Amino acid sequence: MYEFILPNAWLIAFLPFLAAALIFLFVHRWPGISAGLSILSIAAACIFSIPLASAVFAEPGGAVFEYSMRWLQMPGLQVDMGLLLDPLTAVMLLVVTSIATLVQIYSLGYMEGDPGFASYYGYQSLFAASMLGLVMANNFGQMFVFWELVGICSYFLIGFWFGLDSAKNAAIKAFITNRVGDFGFLLGILFLQIIFGTLSFTALAHVIPGYQNVAVLIPVAILLFFGPMGKSAQFPLHGWLPDAMEGPTPVSALIHAATMVAAGVYLVARAFFIFASVPQAMTVIAVVGGFTALFAATIAITQNDIKRILAYSTLSQLGYMMMAMGIGAMTAGMFHLMTHAFFKSLLFLGAGSVIHAMHEEQNIWKMGNLSRKMPITTWTFIIGALALSGIPPLSGFWSKDEILLAAYSSGHIGLYVLGVVVAFMTAFYMFRLIFTAFYGSNTYGQEKAHENRGVITVPLVILAVAAVLVGFVNSPLMHHVFGEYVNSPLGIHPHPSIGIMVSSSLIAGAGILLAWLIYQKNVISHEALRQKFSGLYTLVQNKYYIDEIYTRLGEILVYGGARVMFWIDIHIVNGFVNGIAYLTGKSGDSLKYTEDGQVQSYAMYMMAGVLILVVLGAIAVESAVL
Amino acid sequence: MIGLPHYLLLGTIIFCIGIFGVLTRRNAVAVLMSVELMLNAVNINFVAANKYIAPDSAVGQLFSVFVIVVAAAEIAVGLALVISIYRQRGSVDLHDFNLLKW
Repeated sequence: MYEFILPNAWLIAFLPFLAAALIFLFVHRWPGISAGLSILSIAAACIFSIPLASAVFAEPGGAVFEYSMRWLQMPGLQVDMGLLLDPLTAVMLLVVTSIATLVQIYSLGYMEGDPGFASYYGYQSLFAASMLGLVMANNFGQMFVFWELVGICSYFLIGFWFGLDSAKNAAIKAFITNRVGDFGFLLGILFLQIIFGTLSFTALAHVIPGYQNVAVLIPVAILLFFGPMGKSAQFPLHGWLPDAMEGPTPVSALIHAATMVAAGVYLVARAFFIFASVPQAMTVIAVVGGFTALFAATIAITQNDIKRILAYSTLSQLGYMMMAMGIGAMTAGMFHLMTHAFFKSLLFLGAGSVIHAMHEEQNIWKMGNLSRKMPITTWTFIIGALALSGIPPLSGFWSKDEILLAAYSSGHIGLYVLGVVVAFMTAFYMFRLIFTAFYGSNTYGQEKAHENRGVITVPLVILAVAAVLVGFVNSPLMHHVFGEYVNSPLGIHPHPSIGIMVSSSLIAGAGILLAWLIYQKNVISHEALRQKFSGLYTLVQNKYYIDEIYTRLGEILVYGGARVMFWIDIHIVNGFVNGIAYLTGKSGDSLKYTEDGQVQSYAMYMMAGVLILVVLGAIAVESAVL
Repeated sequence: MIGLPHYLLLGTIIFCIGIFGVLTRRNAVAVLMSVELMLNAVNINFVAANKYIAPDSAVGQLFSVFVIVVAAAEIAVGLALVISIYRQRGSVDLHDFNLLKW
């Protein structure tokens, strides 16, 4: 069976692509058929990737299969296309296909009756195809193509309800912000091609770790990191992700929490041999990631929109993963990516279930006591939140703990402390949300809320089970089996420490306890706190005014640039044209007096002209003779 | 001995006198006369060149006859114009005819 599946792994990406093509070209009039096609194709991809992954995991340490063919050949340039199937790819394939399948099933209920139902599934399929192509690419060039494809799918799906100005603007913002990152990414890829003459991951992995001229690699690595910065929404290119919540909630769950935004982290893991060879780049990655984690967590505490809280939480967790990568803990970063994909998509789908039940209400203060009406949603949401907070033995605990352990044992004490603070804040804001929306004295939503149908709740339950269980694959209980496959010789693999485990769970518990005291028991009034720190609160709630600063900067740049251009236009371009006209007019003005109507002066000019011609002719003849 | 240079010199002198007359005389009839001088200076050159450079052919003489014919026609037209303009303006002074200017 493997003989067929391995070389034909491209089918995994091709099936959803085929579904997208069929939906857009032929069956978009029939929503039911479109949805069926899309779900069938992604489910087939999911089933297909299981034997594939088992083939990869069959060997200890993981087998690597690479299939490649020449796509373009010119003197001095070879462009290959191919598949790279290694443990990293296998993990991503399983995560992406399984979550995409669940999200698409969930969307049956969530998007029911939407006029764009069929095209929604078309975009979903196209996204799944692009994302699967991205994780299977065996070289940077091919990866970049799929990288852009997931970007455009994200754009389509954020702006899915394009009738809303906010959705339209959010889509444009996401696209433009990603463009900034992708530009650097593309430059980095071009530099790699120029310096090494190849873009293949395996070929580069042979050349780069021993490369002498590290100074050349520094800008290349930093430029490459621009791509993940845009795609994984790292500071300062983070602004688009919270706004991307304008899209349908299942989209937020799949694309803007579980898969596409993790592509940046995946890229860093895939190109880990480049980054790990450049310590300066690693420092940049670690600092950017750590800062994003802290920065986004503080904002999440003050938000009131259920999806925005989760969006900032995603930012923060992506920062966590980047920080792990930057420390050198590639295994921990990828592990957190995997666990995060499950529990964050669970949280988003849970939020979607709430929003659906509350008739598009997203403000947590207008919910309250939903636990009575929506038990399944509540319980699965709490499991997701516990996993995210890092409560043992849920999945988030194992992965977050591993990142903290890596930071601590590699001597990055500053980043370790930062990680602990973020973990505390994560637990706090998640349970602030839960106590406010699902418990609390508020009963706003009670009358209209109701538990959703099975098509929505079943994916929640499956994801909740996954959120509990996936963490064990890299726990001491299973002998860190994940790390044996997904690792890098350049990465660090610290030994587990009970002290770190206990302290990180205590910290998370403290966060939950604080949230319980403030938002459930009202021991400390959150209103009073808000009053007391009103300046800080306003600053954080407005996301540190980053958007405003960007707007202002944009205005200064655009208007300033326009002013300069205007000056050039008026004084140089217009000046040139007007100058010619002025010169012509003036010379005409002064020369017109030669036209005096006297026939004899004309005769004289003629005479002078003839004389000049004669003299010139004489000179020419003289010089020709000489 | 009189040779080609003498004829050419004579032609040049007459031609220059003609130009001087064309450029300076105010009377239109005098200008026409000066033009005749120029044409005949050229005729002298033609004939001289015919005699001294290519004595076997009569091209130069033929050409000067041709020039004389054209000059006759020209002077007829020119004088007709002068008479016409004299009837219009009561003058043959070229300085009075400067309507066509800026």
